[in-house]
Amino acid sequence: MPDRFSAISATRRTFMAGAGAMLVVRPAQATPASMAAAIRQVAGDAAIKPGKIKLSIPPLVENGNAVAITVTVESPMTAKDYVKSIHVFTEKNPQSNVISTKLGPRAGKAEISTRIRLADTQQVVAICELSDGTFWSDKVDVILTLSACLEDPI
Amino acid sequence: MVARTLINVPAKAKRGEVIAIKSLISHIMENGFRHDNVGKPIPRDIITSMVCTYNGEEIFSTTLYPAIAANPFITFYTVATETGTIAFKWTGDNGFVIDASAKITVE
Amino acid sequence: MSVAAIPRRLAVSAILAGALAASFLAASLLAAHAEIPLNERRSVYEDMSADNKAMQDDDTANPAMLSVLDGEALWQAKAGSAQKSCADCHGDAKDKMKGVAAHYPAFDAAAGRPVNLEQRINLCRESHQNATPFSFESKELLALTAYLGLQSRGEPIAPPDDPRLKPFIEQGRALYDQRQGQLNLSCGQCHDDNRGKSLAGNKVPQAHPTGYPIYRLEWQGVGSLQRRLRNCMIGMRAEPYPYGATEHVNMELYLMWRARGMKLETPAVRP
Repeated sequence: MPDRFSAISATRRTFMAGAGAMLVVRPAQATPASMAAAIRQVAGDAAIKPGKIKLSIPPLVENGNAVAITVTVESPMTAKDYVKSIHVFTEKNPQSNVISTKLGPRAGKAEISTRIRLADTQQVVAICELSDGTFWSDKVDVILTLSACLEDPI
Repeated sequence: MVARTLINVPAKAKRGEVIAIKSLISHIMENGFRHDNVGKPIPRDIITSMVCTYNGEEIFSTTLYPAIAANPFITFYTVATETGTIAFKWTGDNGFVIDASAKITVE
Repeated sequence: MSVAAIPRRLAVSAILAGALAASFLAASLLAAHAEIPLNERRSVYEDMSADNKAMQDDDTANPAMLSVLDGEALWQAKAGSAQKSCADCHGDAKDKMKGVAAHYPAFDAAAGRPVNLEQRINLCRESHQNATPFSFESKELLALTAYLGLQSRGEPIAPPDDPRLKPFIEQGRALYDQRQGQLNLSCGQCHDDNRGKSLAGNKVPQAHPTGYPIYRLEWQGVGSLQRRLRNCMIGMRAEPYPYGATEHVNMELYLMWRARGMKLETPAVRP
């Protein structure tokens, strides 16, 4: 299993490098497998354990166009023990990556907030890499409601 | 009109205090997956990165993908180390580059 | 004509037709909706999620504030062949424009009818700045109305107590009560008769224009009340009126009148 994953991620890495500045046309809906691949691209072969990181996102969302999220990692954020990066992924958006943030001891607090787009009811995953090279994750299932009145994109 | 930015950095802080920094910039963040009303794909046009420096030293950097909502709003933290300038640089598709900065006094 | 002379079938049809006509009449009378009392008037804000409320309440996070900043710059900018800025005549908006947006649409003597804030701005541009008017829904016009709206934030909505406005309020009310579109619905049937009930997972709002121009998450941008009204009409599968149509201004006037006393929230965030 691990061999197949690293093979896939290696091919993807070469492909992505080749694509360069061009947008890669993806199927209209990504799958849990493409999310897993996107996560592997960031984490490589490292084991990703649940814990330490917390993804706050409303479980029920009125409109998928601007969903507030906050990602927090418990960490003293000292020069010896800090969060190196935070990444967020979605299961069903056309593209799995949402945001990738680099942090360091100067951050003082390992927390970021932003607003994201969710295409459908789905799972959102946040992972972080610590200074000791370990990876941690959290996931939340989000339900989306749709507007009652449809409108033209004027 | 040039992209408008709204930065919130505390004007004053104590040395060593962890401060919240909020950034908001106007940008359509066209995700590249939409089609116009005759079916033609609308090309992607997003901000792809935001880098923040504090008196020239990088304190925060992030890569943004199409899933970031229009008018990207990002809140992050940094330790108030010294008086000076916190500078932001956003870059994106189609040569998009915007700079902004805020001053902070650290006691 | 005696009843005995009419064939029984026709008599029954005539009675049925009469009953139907009577019920239609009754229905059209019922279509005029009773006003929602002031203490029951409720802004959509009350029913938004905590996150959306937070987005509206925080001026450092509300995307509409970007438009307000643009409006502030436009207020100061020299325009037209007269090379005058809004500030040159009106002074500091924070001082002089407080409460103005809460009183629009207002009667314009020259036009002989009410104008909304967008039209007022364009009238000023044309007659005092010798500048071309901004198009409806343009970034500039939205920015100026957002900036001016902000100066009335917290003020009660108060259409002027002007008798000249009365016939136009009634015209607006007639549009509000009129069934339209393929769905054959009037605004009032949802927003008055079924307010607070659930429709496709969302609560039917009372539809008060308490925060325009709004940052609508659906639009991922700022838009005017007219844009929203056009969207409503499209939602009812009715032909929307063009921007600037007198029907829109009459509707806006009626809606502001219907919302009088409620606090203005401009620039609001809406899902």
